[in-house]
Amino acid sequence: MAEPMGFFTDTSVCIGCKACEVACKAWNQLPARNGGKVPLTGQSYDNTVELSGIQWRHVKFIEQFSPDRSSGRWLMMSDVCKHCVQAGCLEVCPTGAIIRTEFDTVVIQSDVCNGCRACIAACPFGVIDINPETNTAMKCTLCYDRMQAGMVPACAQACPTHSIQFGPISELRQHAEARLAQLQAQGVSQARLYGHDESILGGLNSFYLLLDEPEVYGLPSNPQLPSRNVAPSAGLSAAGAVALGVLGLVGLRKQRMDKLAAEAREQQEGDGSHAG
Amino acid sequence: MPDSFFTASPEWRWWIVFYFFVGGIAGGAFAIAALLRLFGREVDRPLSRLGYYIAFPGSIISGILLIADLKRPERFWHMLIQSETFAPAFKWWSPISVGSWGLLLFGLFSFLAFVGGLAEVGILPRGLQALVQGGLGAVVNVLGGISGFFLAGYTGVLLSTTNRPLWSDTVWLGLLFLLSGFSTGAALLILLSWRQNLPALAWLKELDTWVLGLELVVLIVLLATVGMAVLRPVLFNAWGVLLVLGVVLVGILVPGLLHYRPLLGRLTVPGAALLVLVGGFVLRVVMLLSSEAA
Ligand code: SF4
Ligand code: SF4
Repeated sequence: MAEPMGFFTDTSVCIGCKACEVACKAWNQLPARNGGKVPLTGQSYDNTVELSGIQWRHVKFIEQFSPDRSSGRWLMMSDVCKHCVQAGCLEVCPTGAIIRTEFDTVVIQSDVCNGCRACIAACPFGVIDINPETNTAMKCTLCYDRMQAGMVPACAQACPTHSIQFGPISELRQHAEARLAQLQAQGVSQARLYGHDESILGGLNSFYLLLDEPEVYGLPSNPQLPSRNVAPSAGLSAAGAVALGVLGLVGLRKQRMDKLAAEAREQQEGDGSHAG
Repeated sequence: MPDSFFTASPEWRWWIVFYFFVGGIAGGAFAIAALLRLFGREVDRPLSRLGYYIAFPGSIISGILLIADLKRPERFWHMLIQSETFAPAFKWWSPISVGSWGLLLFGLFSFLAFVGGLAEVGILPRGLQALVQGGLGAVVNVLGGISGFFLAGYTGVLLSTTNRPLWSDTVWLGLLFLLSGFSTGAALLILLSWRQNLPALAWLKELDTWVLGLELVVLIVLLATVGMAVLRPVLFNAWGVLLVLGVVLVGILVPGLLHYRPLLGRLTVPGAALLVLVGGFVLRVVMLLSSEAA
């Protein structure tokens, strides 16, 4: 296997230009939303709204303003598949469409996927969606095709502020630690890394530097694998099946006993009448 | 906010609601039929045959519903066979994978029992009776009964093996669906046979009442384990009202009462069975769609 590769996204320098979204769409030939007639959301300066089957990068705008708008702040974060080391989507996919590549990234093979959508419910980050053109599940491939040719993923190449950095995970982790130390030295006490170590799903191969709690960015604080529930859930069901079987048998036995007792009574009565 | 709210909806809607309902009935009806066949008497055979007649068509309908829900239905076979290597596709840790195989096996055993049942009444050659009688019949009934239980329960395990609100916030859904599958399977058997006054009917009604009681207990435990942070956004709304009225009242408490008091005269028995079926359906609707709406 080649060295694990991934993204480190430093949200502190993101300016929300959405160049990554455009580069991703262009390289991966993804169609525009709504046939190109993008309606304004009316609630946000973010008009591309969310990750989807035809939008594999999405720059979130977290707009926090006081009601009179005299104070406020913008947080920006270019969201993408996290290429989890322990990936829920890959775990549940029944067809084997989702694979782990030699770069330790997670890729959906469109020619295998049958659109069962188990991966959508399994991803702890809400990344995957159905692409309406292919009717298969789609998400960021971390530009698997470009990587195989030794190229940098389109989004990282397009990002003008180096908010999106691409490289070997081990190097990215060092950059991230250094950047965190720098920010903290500058007094940005809320700065933190998310997914840089094994504590989150064995590590996220697309990890982040955030300026607030993960929830503020729409990220779960303790994402988990869906399989955590299989054993307890299946165990309870199996116990229930045994209990139902026993319940049925007890009932059948009782019925049989009642019948025997009734027959015996009849016989006794019969005998009694003979004797009388 | 609980972590399950940061996820996206798979949009499993009506096809899946109906699949969970039909699959539950089919699995439950076969499990009951197998119990009767293996441990009942000769006079119970008509009722167990009825179970086979429900189970096999149910398995076919289940397959159709599942395939219809796929975005690429023509690739349904990728669930069972790897499209590149043609080796079997099986992941024991993925309920959707295990479930596909479970449904296939259930289809097979329910088909054999269906054929055996038809042979018993003379529609098919008598020799085929062996499929539900004697040693071979025991094997078909045991394996079919186990896969029937599996089919009724795995759907809840499948929902829990996600990261979605409500579904993944509890491990009791599998058991709840199993009990509901069993009670709705019993209810359909009662509904289709009550006029014939079969001897096992009393057993079936008694059993169904017990199972409904268990279902209520498990539902309460499930809601208690989910926690307020999830319940408030998911079920403290019209879905919750539907759960209380449609499932608890109509599907459990009223049929339970009817079991002890024949308030509907002659129609008490079929009426109660019908309500159990309605409750089982509403249960699937609420458990699936309330989470999808969250
Ligand atoms: S972020 Fe979601 S889609 Fe991406 S690898 Fe992890 S589980 Fe899969
Ligand atoms: S939708 Fe496709 S990729 Fe996702 S789990 Fe199903 S088969 Fe796998």
